[in-house]
Amino acid sequence: MQGKRDAIWLFHPQGVGRACTKGRQSTTQQAACGIDTKAAEATTITLQTRSEQRRNAPDSPVSGGLPPDVASAALSGLPRGWPLATPSALHPSPSGAQRIWPNDGQQTLIMLTLYARRRLINALSLGVSTLAMLFGLFWLGWILWTLLANGLQGLNLNLFTQMTPPPGSEGGLLNAIAGSLMMTFIATLIGTPIGILAGTYLAEFGQRGWLAPVTRFINDVLLSAPSIVIGLFVYEIYVIKIGHFSGWAGAFALSIIVIPVVIRTTENMLRLVPNTLREAAAALGTPQWKIINFVTLRAARAGILTGILLAVARISGETAPLLFTSLNNQFWSSDLNQPMANLPVVIFQFAMSPYADWQSLAWAGALLITVSVLTLNILARVLFRQTVPSH
Amino acid sequence: MPTHSTKITKPKLIVRDLNFYYGTERALKDVNMTIPEKMVTAFIGPSGCGKSTILRTFNRMYQLYPKQKATGEVLLDGENILDKKQDLNMLRAKVGMVFQKPTPFPMSIYDNIAFGVKLYERLSRYDMDERVEWALSKAALWTEAKDKLKKNGTSLSGGQQQRLCIARAIAVKPQVLLLDEPTSALDPISTAHIEKLINELKTDFTIVIVTHNMQQAARVSDFTAYMYLGNLIEFGDTSTLFTNPKHKETEDYITGRFG
Repeated sequence: MQGKRDAIWLFHPQGVGRACTKGRQSTTQQAACGIDTKAAEATTITLQTRSEQRRNAPDSPVSGGLPPDVASAALSGLPRGWPLATPSALHPSPSGAQRIWPNDGQQTLIMLTLYARRRLINALSLGVSTLAMLFGLFWLGWILWTLLANGLQGLNLNLFTQMTPPPGSEGGLLNAIAGSLMMTFIATLIGTPIGILAGTYLAEFGQRGWLAPVTRFINDVLLSAPSIVIGLFVYEIYVIKIGHFSGWAGAFALSIIVIPVVIRTTENMLRLVPNTLREAAAALGTPQWKIINFVTLRAARAGILTGILLAVARISGETAPLLFTSLNNQFWSSDLNQPMANLPVVIFQFAMSPYADWQSLAWAGALLITVSVLTLNILARVLFRQTVPSH
Repeated sequence: MPTHSTKITKPKLIVRDLNFYYGTERALKDVNMTIPEKMVTAFIGPSGCGKSTILRTFNRMYQLYPKQKATGEVLLDGENILDKKQDLNMLRAKVGMVFQKPTPFPMSIYDNIAFGVKLYERLSRYDMDERVEWALSKAALWTEAKDKLKKNGTSLSGGQQQRLCIARAIAVKPQVLLLDEPTSALDPISTAHIEKLINELKTDFTIVIVTHNMQQAARVSDFTAYMYLGNLIEFGDTSTLFTNPKHKETEDYITGRFG
């Protein structure tokens, strides 16, 4: 038991401290343990051979040869010779320090087996987590491979210059690409300001009252709401009222998906801003609106922008809400009051069809969406890494 | 009752029966003291003794947090700053503060300093340039920063950032400067810089410093207050307090017997 305890405190500076507080050692020993973490480091070096230990021990700076005033100064945090310090009260008997050194082969053996066990556990957990990572990557890789293999065939210039064709004829995805871009853009334009404002409210004013917790809860529900529900909702309140599908309805549905994402990231990013920064601004006598506008929002701006990009990435692949709202349009349409073509619905429709050329177009469209979402994600990552304060 | 044995000075801040509460927890207990003008007053004491808390009542920083409250009086030039009618922003224009961790704003070095000044004064471009230079020189940062005023404040080293924060605080020309462990996150060289700075600044400002480091209190302050568990145990001339403390607790603390 004694041997094992000694072994533990040999391994790590923290180990020394722990053994000291747990054990029944006298105060002098505790003090000796606390002298310097270097003591522990020194001991780990001397694990190799006992003869080396014997050679090192006597002239090690912590093995008991410490002059009393240095020891007491180290303990009290006062410089050497500080006139008020009373060395006799502070300085422990140096004999405790010598207990750090192992003095028989049995202890060394225990240390080695302990070390081997730790290495084994380390190797095992590393192996398991590597396997888990490979498992996840495998599916991702397979998906990407299928997408590339099928999508690259359909990828050509016509994709960007021609409209979606009737089955059996040549065509592209121009109207769908344009429709997706337009609706995504409008949805972001509507959702972002609302999201940032609400997120700012939650982060900066949300400590008191009931409104903020309720808002936060509803926002979380909205964040995880199935997008088809949002589609149905817009269908019910807008599409049915005006009597036909439209681009506006699609943009509206998408913006409802953007809002909770932006609220959440804005709030989180503002909370990452250290409170000391707010205090520092307040200490200058800055009114709160200025603190928020010029200090905290500015400090969190990279993170918030990342959140917006991720929200855009999220909605650019949404199909369900668009099925109920903008549906599809075989022709070019820039009129948001008309049904509007968009990539996800076109992919859905074409992929389910029995026509080979439609299926090929669907794969090409899927590749396009994936590449743009990937680009957005990478962009968000780069942006976030560049500007996040590192202190 | 603490007495100032050697130096006779004008009082700047008078604290009367000050109590402070974090929720229901009482963090300051009937503190009474007088902080002299254009002197350095240091607060020492173990963690949790209330020394930072008392500093935060001097500019009512605690007001940011709804559960914290102070009772009693703190008179700044005879005016009770704990009064509800006290305008917080005007108070903080008079009482500046520098924090433990350097807190440069996410903007250029120049704007870091101009930010506070713009809150109170409308200066021409030329006057603002001059003010920025004045503040940076006062904070002993001008020579290091003059070529990179447009660079972000966070690009400076830790010690430089802290001096930037001091420059930012003095740029608005406060009367009192509160320093909350200003050097505890800095290396010895930066610490020496800032201590030298404190010595120079006391000709213009009343300085109140909280420190964990007793030698620092001994080196930079004219008066020292020792606090323990929310009580002001002893307050007086620094050299007297360190060489001839009146209370047993003070002696125990400064000799390192605890804390």
